[in-house]
Amino acid sequence: MAEPLLQLERISRRFGGLTAVNAVSLAIAEGRITALIGPNGAGKTTLFALIAGFLKPSGGTIRYRGEDVTGEAPHRLARRGIARTFQIVQSFGGLTVRDNILVGAYLHHAARERALAFAEQIAGELGLASLLDRPAATLTVAGRKRLELAKALATEPKLLLLDEVLAGLNPSEIRDMVPVIRGLCQRGIAIVMIEHVMQAVMSLAEHVFVLAEGRIIAEGTPPQVAADPAVVEAYLGHGAAARLGGAHAH
Amino acid sequence: MLSPAILTAAVVNGLLTGAVYALIALGLTLVYGVLHIINFAHGALLTAAMFAAYFAYRLLGIDPYLAVVLLAPAFFCIGYALQRFVIGPASHGDDRNMLLVTLGLAVVIENALLFAFRADTRTLDLPYALSGVDLGFTFLPLPRLIGFVTVFVVTLALWLMMSATDTGRAIRAVAKEKLGAELAGIDVAHIYAVTFGLGTACVAIAACLLIPSYYVNPNAGNAFVLVAFTIVVLGGMGSVPGALIGGLVIGVVESLSSLFLGESLGQIGIFLLFIAVLLVRPSGLFGARA
Amino acid sequence: MRGFGAVAVVVIAMALVPFLGVSNVTLNFLIIALMIALAGQGWNVLGGYGGQYSFGHAAFFGTGAYVTAVLQVLYGVDAWIAFGLGIAGGALIGAIVGGLTFRSGLRGSYFALVTLAFAEVLRILSSVAPVTGAGVGILVKLDLRPAAMQFESRAGFYWMILALVAVALTVTQIIERSRFGVWLIAVRENEDAAAALGVNATAIKVIAMVISGAITAAAGCFYVQYFLFIDSGLAYGTWISIEALLTPIIGGVGTVFGPLLGALVVRALGEGAQRITGGEAPGLDLVVYGCVLVLIVGFAPRGLMGGLSQLRSRLWHPARAVKVHHG
Repeated sequence: MAEPLLQLERISRRFGGLTAVNAVSLAIAEGRITALIGPNGAGKTTLFALIAGFLKPSGGTIRYRGEDVTGEAPHRLARRGIARTFQIVQSFGGLTVRDNILVGAYLHHAARERALAFAEQIAGELGLASLLDRPAATLTVAGRKRLELAKALATEPKLLLLDEVLAGLNPSEIRDMVPVIRGLCQRGIAIVMIEHVMQAVMSLAEHVFVLAEGRIIAEGTPPQVAADPAVVEAYLGHGAAARLGGAHAH
Repeated sequence: MLSPAILTAAVVNGLLTGAVYALIALGLTLVYGVLHIINFAHGALLTAAMFAAYFAYRLLGIDPYLAVVLLAPAFFCIGYALQRFVIGPASHGDDRNMLLVTLGLAVVIENALLFAFRADTRTLDLPYALSGVDLGFTFLPLPRLIGFVTVFVVTLALWLMMSATDTGRAIRAVAKEKLGAELAGIDVAHIYAVTFGLGTACVAIAACLLIPSYYVNPNAGNAFVLVAFTIVVLGGMGSVPGALIGGLVIGVVESLSSLFLGESLGQIGIFLLFIAVLLVRPSGLFGARA
Repeated sequence: MRGFGAVAVVVIAMALVPFLGVSNVTLNFLIIALMIALAGQGWNVLGGYGGQYSFGHAAFFGTGAYVTAVLQVLYGVDAWIAFGLGIAGGALIGAIVGGLTFRSGLRGSYFALVTLAFAEVLRILSSVAPVTGAGVGILVKLDLRPAAMQFESRAGFYWMILALVAVALTVTQIIERSRFGVWLIAVRENEDAAAALGVNATAIKVIAMVISGAITAAAGCFYVQYFLFIDSGLAYGTWISIEALLTPIIGGVGTVFGPLLGALVVRALGEGAQRITGGEAPGLDLVVYGCVLVLIVGFAPRGLMGGLSQLRSRLWHPARAVKVHHG
């Protein structure tokens, strides 16, 4: 099997007495969409923060394209090709949409003209072309989510971490966003998404990891994971799997 | 060369001075702990209070220690009004703006004092300023002894207020979790103003304690306040025990370094300590996250 | 290119002022205003564009001043070379202070405090060190030749400070349109988001501080050439730290012309205050400055330039005027 793009080996993160992430090992292949699901407080966002360099692991190693990048700073990981969006959108509120994307575009395009052109191209691909001159703070939630995505894309990542990019969107907005995400994968970008919107997980993800209480409790294709009693247990609580087991399979 | 007697004297003097430093630092750390801002106007308010105490004696004949009863409530109201009607509204809740507004206030207050009273240094000559307790190896002036005791009384009173009264509980709630406190019905703007008022009252009391032994001029507050900043950073922003212990420690450190290095360089020692703590451990010895 | 054009127009217009037959008093006022503007332009790079509010920019002003003075008086260095070295001194202090504070991750109030402390340390050191004249200060010898960077006529000094301001305006304009500038602004708006996009926030902030220090140091160097005297209170006193931050904030933080506009307004207010009280009113001008600071922060946080641009959009595009909230 080809070298995985991202490899986590027994990654842990402790905060005082609390172990948020507990010896997690997983591998992400190039160009695939992977979902990371689990109940609230399972440690998913913490895991993203560890991968993107915003937190240093208490233990374990992270390998990206074969190299050990454990503990590297976020900006250096971004240069390597790891990009992330934030659960709570972090745009540059006072700047225009164009300037927001420009910040990311400048990473690999040092000249202003080329960076501007690239930013406009990215905006077009994400349906933000008409909003380029608007201040980012005036966008709707859906617009801001697209802007988050655009900023991250402008850095030309190989690995994109999407943290609940569909949260706060209504069903039609979700329906519009799904093909956008699929399109990114078709460009060769590996995507890892934390998502609670199950319809998106089912239709987009090729592989799913389930995280509960800091540990991976299941992995596999979406149908496999959905049928896994341990997963049902984690989401619905003690005994739920047994109670539902008698009912028809989903 | 330096006998234990001289060293002990320096330490004791340092403790006496340190207690008043601690009170000034207490006001600062209280405001930071609740409002999460560094009040750059703290020094100017101290200077203003010192002028007030000075004139209370000169013009009204009120002894500084009695003036506490008058000035503490007065300055509480001033602090309350400043936060409620100037700082709060002008900052629109932005930290950077609050920095600027408190700085602006500091400039206004200090220079208004300069404009009104010129730059002359004034001192009070109190009849009992020179009496005190003779411990043999050192002489403890009465004003500074009273100051030391008063600081502990005030701190105790504050602690009681914080733990036993409704307002105190509200203050602690806002300090811990502002949004939650708001949702629980606490008037945050009022609590902010009360806290600021308390911080200013601390400074007013400290001013009354200082005035018998020190001079007053428009810059006086600054000298004390930079020390207070160092204490608060050392002891931890928002930590009351940190302010107290830090105050006593710094008082002793200053006393000893003045002994060894002389007046001006002793001051530098404090600044360098300040910078070092900020760079290495901004959360201080007892403090919460920076 | 519109930005550079505006700079050129303003500079040329101002260069013509001495030919209008203005009095020496007016020229003196403008010279000092421009000097303060220059100090503010330095602050603006770090504070306005970078969002790091320094309360101790006197550290750079004073270093520039002392380096220039000491090199000329004690070592007989040529005035122009001393000037250049003064600017380099400011840049060096910027690198040191920036390197120490930003690598420790200090932000916001803590950063303001540390810069204040650095300036105070330098002030105390310079008030006792023999090389800086201790309590007495340093007097530079009167030598009215351009080669010694001193001019017989006020106009000479006026054009010199105007040239420095012009350079700073150009540098600021270049920054605004460069990758460095966009990244600096991104760090100001949201440091974490910037880091996630590959911006090395610490390096950017340090570079901004170096540039900032160099520009403000130039103002200090000029002070020495114009007044021929410097001491610790003038060099590192809080007065210049306050004026350096006041002018961009009043004029408009993060804009090219903000500090210039702010300096003219602030100085005019200060002069006005002195005139009303008949001249002998120590501290009154600073009282006015403090009040203006609070008022501007409260009612017009984007300063005068912000007000102007809002006015312009209301007049020219009344339907499109968008109210953007800041702060």
